[in-house]
Amino acid sequence: MKKDDVPQDLGALGKITREICYATDSTGKYVAEQSTGWDVKSKALDVAWEDIQKRIAAAKQKVLKGDASPLLFFMEYRLMDTAILAGYTGFWQWQVKRHLKPGVFNKLSTQKLQKYAEAFNVKVDDLKTMTVNED
Amino acid sequence: MKIDFEHHQGAHCESGVTTNLLRKSSGGKITEPLAFGIGAGLFFAYIPLITINNGPAIAFRTMPGDIFNRTCKSLGIPVTRKKFSSKENAEKYLIDRLNEGTPVGCQVGVYYLPYFPREYRFHFNAHNIVVFDKVGDNFLVSDPIMETTSILNSYELERVRFAKGALAPKGHIYYPAKNVSITGETIKKAIKSGIKKNVHNMLYIPGSFAGVAGIKNTGKKIKKWRDKLGIEKAGSYLAQMVRMQEEIGTGGGGFRYIYAAFLQQADVYLPGNQLQEISVTFTKAGDMWREAAVHAAGIYKGRLGSQEDFNTMGDYLLEIAEVEKQAFKTLKGLKWQ
Repeated sequence: MKKDDVPQDLGALGKITREICYATDSTGKYVAEQSTGWDVKSKALDVAWEDIQKRIAAAKQKVLKGDASPLLFFMEYRLMDTAILAGYTGFWQWQVKRHLKPGVFNKLSTQKLQKYAEAFNVKVDDLKTMTVNED
Repeated sequence: MKIDFEHHQGAHCESGVTTNLLRKSSGGKITEPLAFGIGAGLFFAYIPLITINNGPAIAFRTMPGDIFNRTCKSLGIPVTRKKFSSKENAEKYLIDRLNEGTPVGCQVGVYYLPYFPREYRFHFNAHNIVVFDKVGDNFLVSDPIMETTSILNSYELERVRFAKGALAPKGHIYYPAKNVSITGETIKKAIKSGIKKNVHNMLYIPGSFAGVAGIKNTGKKIKKWRDKLGIEKAGSYLAQMVRMQEEIGTGGGGFRYIYAAFLQQADVYLPGNQLQEISVTFTKAGDMWREAAVHAAGIYKGRLGSQEDFNTMGDYLLEIAEVEKQAFKTLKGLKWQ
């Protein structure tokens, strides 16, 4: 890629920091050039987030219908699977799977809820109401 | 504390950290492209059966940790590395190193990394930063992806050093020994061994998941994605491939440009070996990867979508595989001058 072809399409990262690309100058020598982003990859990132948004919306519906506990919503929101959530909370994966049932979840002690709240970076009260504050 | 450390931005986190940690002892001789090449950073793998973020597990570079390890080993620099089960011990060890004036590399997860834009925060646990100072409760951090240094308080740093999930860092900390002199001769030897290792990784790993065989195999698979996955999911898969190829930390072109830059710099140490010419082939490979990404974007943006478009997509990878195969075969056949 030539230095002048390094794309400068402002993307999510470009607003915070420019990134380094190696590109050739007029003599063919490689130099480090900064880029603010490339729309091809910004769009690829958008696709990933659109998929995630769909999964979050589907999880929310499941919780509202009583088919799953709010943990499912937060797992999708935080892009976690049971293995990651088990890692952050210290529960076993089979325990996390049990807690995904609304009946079991509703009887959890505050102490256990606190562990989930910390893993998701929310307050215990927000856990039950599926409230999220952007961070 | 005031530690003598210079932050320089890099294209890729691990080669960037390696370069920043070796800057003092190498007198700036170990540039990022050299670290990437000596560490045999170029790779391709499509790991079947597992998915990452509900998409294909595709990598364009070597396993996390390899670049730092190989670069230091090839340059004859002893390395200290440690993992921890206790968060307290991990922090104490880090602070002790800072107190003795040693900047250290830390493996971290990016999901709870506060200075990263939210769009880029996935549960990716093989990011690398240097911690080089502590002021009050704040650690000063050099993240090669960022233009300037960043700050993490002790809770934030602990959280990313003990991120959970695949490749969990477990407080992983590493640093090279100081006061090892790196001579031109050492660098020459290291370049040769790095190229040899990379030739092996791209040409001779058995099976069809890795190296140029992996690129070819992925090209063939892509042609079947439309029927097998449906147009929407196939588009998401391609988007994921492009993200692995182009996202921060690649320098674009799936790391191929960094490797081309490496060969150019290697040519200065080992002239008369046509490394300059071979570098041009890797630039071409990088350009082809980017062209392929533009075509892929046509599909995931919904502008393209016929089976013919997927065939073209697969053919891009088949062509790239051929170009990279020839390039590595030329490197393999080098009779060093």
